[in-house]
Amino acid sequence: MNTDNTACSPQAQIDARARIGMWVFLGSEIMFFGPIFFSYMYGRYEWPQAFEAASRSTDLACGTFNTAVLLTSSLAVAAALLYAENGSRVQARRALNAAVLLGLLFLLVKSYEYLQDWHEHLVPGPSFQMDGAIDLAAAQLFYFIYFFSTLLHALHLIIGIALVLYCHRYLAHEPGHGAVRRLEITGLYWHFVDMIWIFLFPALYLAGRAS
Amino acid sequence: MITRASRTAFASDDMGVRSSGKPTASSYLHDGYSLWSWISSHDHKRIAILYSLSITSFFFIGAMAAGLIRMELLTPAADVVDADTYNRLFTAHGVIMVWMFLIPSIPSVFGNFALPLMIGARDLAFPRLNLLSWYLYIGGGLFTIAALLLGGVDTGWTFYTPYSSIFSNTHVILTLLGVLVVGFSSILTGLNFIVTVHTLRAPGMGWFKLPLFVWAIYATSVILVLATPVLAITLLLLAAERVFGIGLFNPALGGDPLLFQHLFWFYSHPAVYIMILPAMGVASEIIPCFARKRVFGYKFMAFAIIGIAVISFLVWGHHMFVSGQSVYASMVFSVLSFMVAVPSAIKVFNWTATLYKASITFTAPMLYALGFVILFLQGGLTGLFLASLSIDVHVTDTYFVVAHFHYIMVGGAVMAYMGAIHYWWPKITGRMYAESWARVAALIIFAGFNLTFFPQYLLGYDGMPRRYHTYPEQFQVLNILSSSGAAVLAIGYLLPIGYLLWSLRHGKPASDNPWQATGLEWTTPSPPPQHNFDQIPNGAAEPYDYIPEKGVQE
Repeated sequence: MNTDNTACSPQAQIDARARIGMWVFLGSEIMFFGPIFFSYMYGRYEWPQAFEAASRSTDLACGTFNTAVLLTSSLAVAAALLYAENGSRVQARRALNAAVLLGLLFLLVKSYEYLQDWHEHLVPGPSFQMDGAIDLAAAQLFYFIYFFSTLLHALHLIIGIALVLYCHRYLAHEPGHGAVRRLEITGLYWHFVDMIWIFLFPALYLAGRAS
Repeated sequence: MITRASRTAFASDDMGVRSSGKPTASSYLHDGYSLWSWISSHDHKRIAILYSLSITSFFFIGAMAAGLIRMELLTPAADVVDADTYNRLFTAHGVIMVWMFLIPSIPSVFGNFALPLMIGARDLAFPRLNLLSWYLYIGGGLFTIAALLLGGVDTGWTFYTPYSSIFSNTHVILTLLGVLVVGFSSILTGLNFIVTVHTLRAPGMGWFKLPLFVWAIYATSVILVLATPVLAITLLLLAAERVFGIGLFNPALGGDPLLFQHLFWFYSHPAVYIMILPAMGVASEIIPCFARKRVFGYKFMAFAIIGIAVISFLVWGHHMFVSGQSVYASMVFSVLSFMVAVPSAIKVFNWTATLYKASITFTAPMLYALGFVILFLQGGLTGLFLASLSIDVHVTDTYFVVAHFHYIMVGGAVMAYMGAIHYWWPKITGRMYAESWARVAALIIFAGFNLTFFPQYLLGYDGMPRRYHTYPEQFQVLNILSSSGAAVLAIGYLLPIGYLLWSLRHGKPASDNPWQATGLEWTTPSPPPQHNFDQIPNGAAEPYDYIPEKGVQE
């Protein structure tokens, strides 16, 4: 970025600004999730067996399915950007539709999972119950982190869906360079939300299942 | 906030490439006179004014709390307020001064006003995001004020668990919410500055041609963007724990209060540098200007700023020496805390070397800048006491600590803030302030400050603990000195309001460059036009290219 700015066109300048802005924001977002992962590490170190037992009680099928759904949605967003850059607006919007639907599917499955957790008394609180728990208090802390992190992730995903819908509309009404840039920036954000899940999934679902 | 951030990133087409011409009025001050024209403005200069007004209001609210505290401590017995009220007072003082005044003070006011001018830009990279930052700041401030009016908070500004999560019956959630919202304002402001410095420098302006103030604001922004989110999520975890009764900071469930302290100080120690780095930037502008000399060791100054910013992330554990953390952790944090003194000392030495054999003029900004260096030096040196494991155990939670951080925050950051107001006042308003009044005020503030806080070093060293509203009688003399100093300080802070407001109407009109200073902000008219520069300026000049001639035209 340390180049002579006047040499670039105004468009390229705005592109650069938007891109750096989003990357800086994502840096901030990583730190935002930092304390959650740090707390998880702390718990995993402090009560390894209790955390592994609690992790085994999560719904692996739902989690795995959702991981696949989210990765596919990222593929759709990446494809939409390629289409948009090549001027194939119809295909780009179709790909964005797919991304939105996959994002909604993720939220649906996640809600179903929350419902199951509720029925199984896995929501932290007075009625918390876990079969075969070694340390009920530590298991509760695991589920505290589970709910806190997945809800925060879901909130990010909802914002991502809103952004994709915005890009979708923009692409329909004002196609051109501005639309492509918006899509690129939204894509950065979408992939970031995806990456957070890539770290949450093994931490929350896979810990203690291998052995 | 993500939506807004991205949307504003999207919406910047129309902002950045605004055509250069068409000044509809003579300056940004004449660009509409209605309240709406101010609170809906995307102009960085107007937003800076909005910040300065709101920040000054919060400063005086926080100062009133401090005044009541000092009044109570005039006598050993409890005669003005009871213990509960006292707890709420020092919490209000801390929360308001830290988050509503010090964190946004120099970055949001002078970063906003001067930074685009200094790099030859027409505005910040994301002007609408900038306005949103101000609204978030006001929103967060209102939450905090609401908590105050409903009866206040008694946890101390540090919100230590488990007291804040389980036992306190005051408005903790509302205050947390306020701090959280102000935090988002900080993040967006920092993001805006970073992108601006990267993309909007005038042609020819390489990194080592940036004024040191820009370096300082840049480093501050990096801290804002990387540290504030940690505080945000930590406060959210605390709020969840308070609402649901379950959480990681609750020892009853096997959680650990130290985890909260680690996360809190991971933000709050770098936050000290959010306050002091911009102050260093201001001093680096004022001192060369009134010494008529190029700043000594420019590159060392720039790298010292970056060094301080980096090390600031690695020293948080020195707040927890007596908390029961591992003794090895304490040793590492102690060594790292000593290391942060190295770049800080480089800066002090370089300011001193800049003054050596210089033609110094003691104008009001210079008095504030010199006051800043002297007080920062004392605050920094006592910081080394506190970084030493053994002495820290002796003075933990005493007035020694209170005196130390007030030397940094009030003696350092507030002095520099006052200096910046006077230095850029002609540029901001187009009027000169009354110089003799300003010098008197600067000296009163310096004297009042030392009278207030120096006795507190002695009190602390003798063992008077902080955060109590009563004390043994042997401490009374020093407490009376401190309280009378606070009264002097109050006069010093009220004086500028008078003569600065007076100057708005009756001050001598300021020329474009009344200090004969270098820097692009002095090449544009005072007050600057809406678009800052008629032509894109050339940024290729060496920074601080001063020649030793008399700087001020009387």
